Amino acid sequence: MNIDHLVQILYLVASGLLIFGLKRLGSPKTAPQGNMLGGLGMLFAILAVCIQEANSDESNWVLVGVGIVVGSVIGIIAAQKVQMTGMPQMVALFNGLGGGASAFVAASEFKYDGTDTSAMTMVPLFLSMMIGALTFTGSLIAFGKLQGIVTSKPVSYPLQKTINLVLFLSTVSAGLLMVNDPSATHWFIVLTALSLVLGVLAVIPIGGADMPVVISLLNSYSGIAASATGFVLRNDALIIAGSLVGASGIILTQIMCKAMNRSLANVLFGGFGSDDSGGAAGPAGPQGNYKSAGPEEVAMILDTASLVIIVPGYGMAVAQAQHQVRELDKALQERGAEVLYAIHPVAGRMPGHMNVLLAEADVPYEQLQEMDVINPSFPRADVAIVLGANDVTNPAARTDKASPIYGMPILDVDKARTVMVLKRSMNPGFAGIENELFFKENTLMVFGDAKDSVSKINSALKEL
Amino acid sequence: MIEMNISSLTLNLLADVTPPTQEASSGDPVTTLLMGLTVFLLAVFVGFELITKVPPTLHTPLMSGSNAISGITIIGAIICAGRADNVAAILGFLAVVFATVNVVGGFAVTNRMLQMFKKKK
Repeated sequence: MNIDHLVQILYLVASGLLIFGLKRLGSPKTAPQGNMLGGLGMLFAILAVCIQEANSDESNWVLVGVGIVVGSVIGIIAAQKVQMTGMPQMVALFNGLGGGASAFVAASEFKYDGTDTSAMTMVPLFLSMMIGALTFTGSLIAFGKLQGIVTSKPVSYPLQKTINLVLFLSTVSAGLLMVNDPSATHWFIVLTALSLVLGVLAVIPIGGADMPVVISLLNSYSGIAASATGFVLRNDALIIAGSLVGASGIILTQIMCKAMNRSLANVLFGGFGSDDSGGAAGPAGPQGNYKSAGPEEVAMILDTASLVIIVPGYGMAVAQAQHQVRELDKALQERGAEVLYAIHPVAGRMPGHMNVLLAEADVPYEQLQEMDVINPSFPRADVAIVLGANDVTNPAARTDKASPIYGMPILDVDKARTVMVLKRSMNPGFAGIENELFFKENTLMVFGDAKDSVSKINSALKEL
Repeated sequence: MIEMNISSLTLNLLADVTPPTQEASSGDPVTTLLMGLTVFLLAVFVGFELITKVPPTLHTPLMSGSNAISGITIIGAIICAGRADNVAAILGFLAVVFATVNVVGGFAVTNRMLQMFKKKK
């Protein structure tokens, strides 16, 4: 077989694996496998480029080898050292390096004499340089904000948007001048410098709380930059994988914005992303941001759970949702999960209210557990589903001496890995106080009537 | 003199556009660009359709995994590091280091995060 054809086939296999891997990464059940497939795809791509290099007149195995060894050592150490809580900034840092790599590729190709100087090559080279460089500095700022090196507060100054717009237009102009005169190194340097500054100024006005959305968007950018290098080097695998990440990254950014109840424009230009966002950020409550999720997303999480604790409250009684809850309970047990019900002594409006309702829906008595019995089980629960209960789950009763319910015994739902709160709205409960549980990192709000929400989760589970 | 320049320019442009007869159409730059754009367009559509509903617990791992995939630029980096021009090769070397950290670190970190989704039996 012709070596060129072998290389092309390997690139094709790599592209297929990367697409399939990314697809599998989108669901909790298949995500670990998706990551493996992605890594395998990357190996195939690297194998292909090495065979390609071995057959080209120009190759430098020392530089490539040393580069890969140094990069791998840094990557592995960084990935092992990072704390779970530091993941978002680690991703930001990796992403910045990816963008930087595309910028270096563009610079290298600009310097290289063999590069075609027609607009067909120079336009993608300009885009790869600009997007790669701004991804690099933008990601570093995002990293700094999350790490506490750069202030996490939005930085604003007069005429900020105008300055950024002018800067953006100047960067594009420098790029076009470079395309027009590819021998002019000075335009290339101006383009590089302006792109680096643009990355800093575009991210600095955004608050620390919104950084995950920004990182996701920058991730999309680094994909587009990689795709542009694919046009420079005429390499389809680069174009495919790059644009794949570019496009899916934009979708993921939108999904993340939706979960935070924000619009992308609001995140990028609103400057509300500080922790003390006040009333201006719209749906964000006085205690900060909460996350919301739809039935399909909730079902995906439940699908992989092994212990689920259901915490019924007055909301379940009002909605008469006990039969749907029982159906969900059965569906989860069929999937091998253990399902328990946590009964708080004052859940509902009368003692034993929940027991009566659940008995009506034929929930076996053994699955119902009193507060003191079940509380030690929450830390090992994958999911706690809070069904229209509120005050009896408020962690303030445990920690906040100023709270009117301080000292009241509560169900420790916040200790579960994921807490799903099924509720009509963000309104406070019977006692009229805010529940800080809703604003916790591991809490998902599922808005709607309890009966309706649970039925939707049930049908979503069936479709998985 | 000027006329001659223009005509030679036109000839050059024509030479760019018309493929040499002995080579297949793949050697023609415009065809290569169009093929690239076709691939790009299709991959963008695949990317848009690939991810629809993602539970919030998976946002960071997914972002991290796709970030590792964007390290595909390592292919370009390896090609650049092999260039005969010293400066180009050094820039390529830096690109290899950056892209490798992105790829290796990215997949490793994603794998660590995804351990929590494995069903405990």
